[in-house]
Amino acid sequence: MARTLLTVPSSAKKGEVVEIKLLIAHPMETGFRPDESGRILLRNIIRRFACRYNGDLVFSAELFPAISANPYLAFWVRATETAPLTFTWEGDNGFAQTETVMLNVT
Amino acid sequence: MTGTNNALATRRALITAGAGIAGWMLVRPAAAQPAGESRAPSDILNTAVAGFTGGAPTREGRVLLDIAPLVDNGNTVPMTVTAQSPMTAADHVTAIAVFNERNPQREVINARFTPLSAKAQVTSRMRLATTQKLVAVARMSDGSYWTHTIEVIVTLAACIEE
Repeated sequence: MARTLLTVPSSAKKGEVVEIKLLIAHPMETGFRPDESGRILLRNIIRRFACRYNGDLVFSAELFPAISANPYLAFWVRATETAPLTFTWEGDNGFAQTETVMLNVT
Repeated sequence: MTGTNNALATRRALITAGAGIAGWMLVRPAAAQPAGESRAPSDILNTAVAGFTGGAPTREGRVLLDIAPLVDNGNTVPMTVTAQSPMTAADHVTAIAVFNERNPQREVINARFTPLSAKAQVTSRMRLATTQKLVAVARMSDGSYWTHTIEVIVTLAACIEE
């Protein structure tokens, strides 16, 4: 499991637009860099990210090697109900990670 | 007087030589890009954008790519793309893509939005191999495409072997 840093407001008013900031530990190896022996290191990146709010897809992204190591993503969601936010990262070598945070709407 | 002229000429020659060396150093990283990329830079960007739009016409405006114009470290460069849109079911941004001119690959990120996003904005951190142009393209739900092109200067590039 990669370490993640998820910044989600602990609570939000109904209808408020909240910012979600996510960081995940990942080398994002580009597949263009040689190692000490001169061989090209195989690509190892996170290719897809998706955010679901109560099961509905809100935001998704395809990432490419031009995204820095430990990919950071920030985007916005309108808080409509108290429901889980699910974040999914998928990548090379079968990398898959899902994190869930409850968004409390008052 | 001739002495001064000679001195001037020498200095001029030195400056020219210096500029030549600087130019060579600037051009050098570009030579490291994969073969088949010898087309004009704007052509490279246009091809990348056309791949995303499917050849549909694009217009300048409604989208803003916010990134530092002078980058010290190309390994991690914060960038934010914002598109102007009411983000309703009838009128919203469906996707925002960012392309670069001189990294090994043209694509940077391809973000997809829904009306639930409420705000068509995405922030991430990217790698920049060298001084180059970047373009952000937003696709609206009505099928129109909007672009914003900017140039960034990179002093320490990503993708250099240590």
